[in-house]
Amino acid sequence: MSAFWSRFCQNRGAVIGLIILTIVIICAVAAPFLFPRSPWSMVQRPFLPPFEMDGLPLGTDALGRDVLSGLFHGARVSLLVGLVSTVVALAIGIPIGALAGYYGGMVDDALMRFTEFFQTIPSFALAIVLLAIFQPTLSYVILAIAIVSWPPVARLVRGEVLSLRNREFVEAATLSGQSNLRIILQQVLPNALPPIIVLASLMVATAILLESSLSFLGLGDPNVMSWGYMIGAARTVLRTAWWLSFIPGLAILLTVLSLNLIGEGLNDALNPRLRKRTS
Amino acid sequence: MLGFIAARLVKAVFILLAILVLNFVLIHAAPGDPAAVMAGEAGAADEKFLQDLRERFGLDQPFHVQLWNYMKGAIQLDLGFSYRQQMPVAELIWDRLPATLLLTATAFVISIVFGVAAGVLAAQTQGTWWDTLISTLALIFYATPLFWVALMASLLFSVWLGWLPGFGYQTIGANYTGIDRMLDIGKHLILPATTLGLFFTAIYMRMTRASMLEVSRLDFVKTARAKGLRNSVIQRRHVLRNALLPVITLAGLQAGQIVGGAVLTETVFAWPGIGRLMFEAISQRDYNVILGVFFISAAMVLLFNLITDILYGIVDPRIRLTK
Repeated sequence: MSAFWSRFCQNRGAVIGLIILTIVIICAVAAPFLFPRSPWSMVQRPFLPPFEMDGLPLGTDALGRDVLSGLFHGARVSLLVGLVSTVVALAIGIPIGALAGYYGGMVDDALMRFTEFFQTIPSFALAIVLLAIFQPTLSYVILAIAIVSWPPVARLVRGEVLSLRNREFVEAATLSGQSNLRIILQQVLPNALPPIIVLASLMVATAILLESSLSFLGLGDPNVMSWGYMIGAARTVLRTAWWLSFIPGLAILLTVLSLNLIGEGLNDALNPRLRKRTS
Repeated sequence: MLGFIAARLVKAVFILLAILVLNFVLIHAAPGDPAAVMAGEAGAADEKFLQDLRERFGLDQPFHVQLWNYMKGAIQLDLGFSYRQQMPVAELIWDRLPATLLLTATAFVISIVFGVAAGVLAAQTQGTWWDTLISTLALIFYATPLFWVALMASLLFSVWLGWLPGFGYQTIGANYTGIDRMLDIGKHLILPATTLGLFFTAIYMRMTRASMLEVSRLDFVKTARAKGLRNSVIQRRHVLRNALLPVITLAGLQAGQIVGGAVLTETVFAWPGIGRLMFEAISQRDYNVILGVFFISAAMVLLFNLITDILYGIVDPRIRLTK
């Protein structure tokens, strides 16, 4: 663990990413305590610019809602959607990839054609279609993002399992009479974990970008305050109140950047061989 | 080579058919009676009208008959009717498709040219501040939401600086013709295409840099150096050529995302393409248009993939032997 940690910390970007992400997490956790009032409630006159009034450091939006409160509450939505949709995508992609890689042959062919199909269709357009047809509640948003983001997981896991399948320790497990399911769960998958963790951290970042884009188009949950919604709502007043679009966008950029940096740090820390080769 | 192309074509056709089935299933999975949905779109909902709609669209037929009719129609490019716009969906898309093709193709070229050039520069100046600058920019571009960068670019270059138009496809009421019209469209194209390509520029930068560095370490590069070839020749003829192979693969995969991203860019810049058509259809719940655009964008992606596959087959003969 300490070796992992020291390798992770050697990557300066990863440490910066971790600091930024920690701040975002603190904001998300603290939101209901610091801003107990709903982020939708009007608190002042509309279009109050930032730094003009005590207690409203980032001003108000077109309907007089507190921008800072929206930002804090938006962090909750972004992190929640990013995290849960990644978990769901892993829950779809890992079994498909593991089965395809472990059994090979027809199973592999069928599952990989299925994966390829989902990889070919334009993912953002599919997410739009899914949310336009089903109601855009938070759970459907999460599901739609998961549905368009699992294929890379399946492909990665398949590749890892393929290369692990014929190793001695798997053969030993087979000879000792363990069931296929147990071999996959206890022998193969734990060894395929490092690259999956790296991919997952990058997927959280992509999911946050996707969620914000969908909310921007009006396909987010209308009951939760999100960064994408804030930008979408401020779009029509871009000329007069540009900061209303600028501030939430910066929040998305920093959060996604921090996750990407952490992903690279994890890659360095978990795949030391790879690091030596490319550095 | 012909066999290779034929195999890819057959695969593309199968995927297209599968997308049609998916589309059909999605319409039927939508909550509520499709006739009621269509009637709602048309703004009328008495029982007689609903019954008419059911008969007219065969909604009273069994599921497999409906699917068959739907597929038959789609293959003849009949994508249904938009009640909101009172026009066949195929016609709507057909009108808007050229604008989207122009935008996505330009964004695609911009991202490849700038991405590869910057990636090569970063690889050749590895460890210097040039490399740091390019790598940092790539990281930032990669994390920037597309719609946000589009908004900020239109604010900066159009509203504040007034350098470029930030709205529409051509100057309204100017009625330019010939070269003037092309220049006018070109000017309107710069901001949407650059912002749409930005994310992909970042990907190509990183990919090209990593790929160049990896290939530089291979034995045949050492051999070329030992033969006494000039460094510029080695870089161009030996390193770059091989380093570009993964970039081509990536380009094929990215094509789909560019088409998806067009929805956001066209919405921000009021670019009259199929992406904006989709955005309008979302707010109007015009399902036929949404599914039609989805189908056509998937077809575009398949076409791009086919082109990259063939290109790859030409550039790297090994690939033809594997499948």
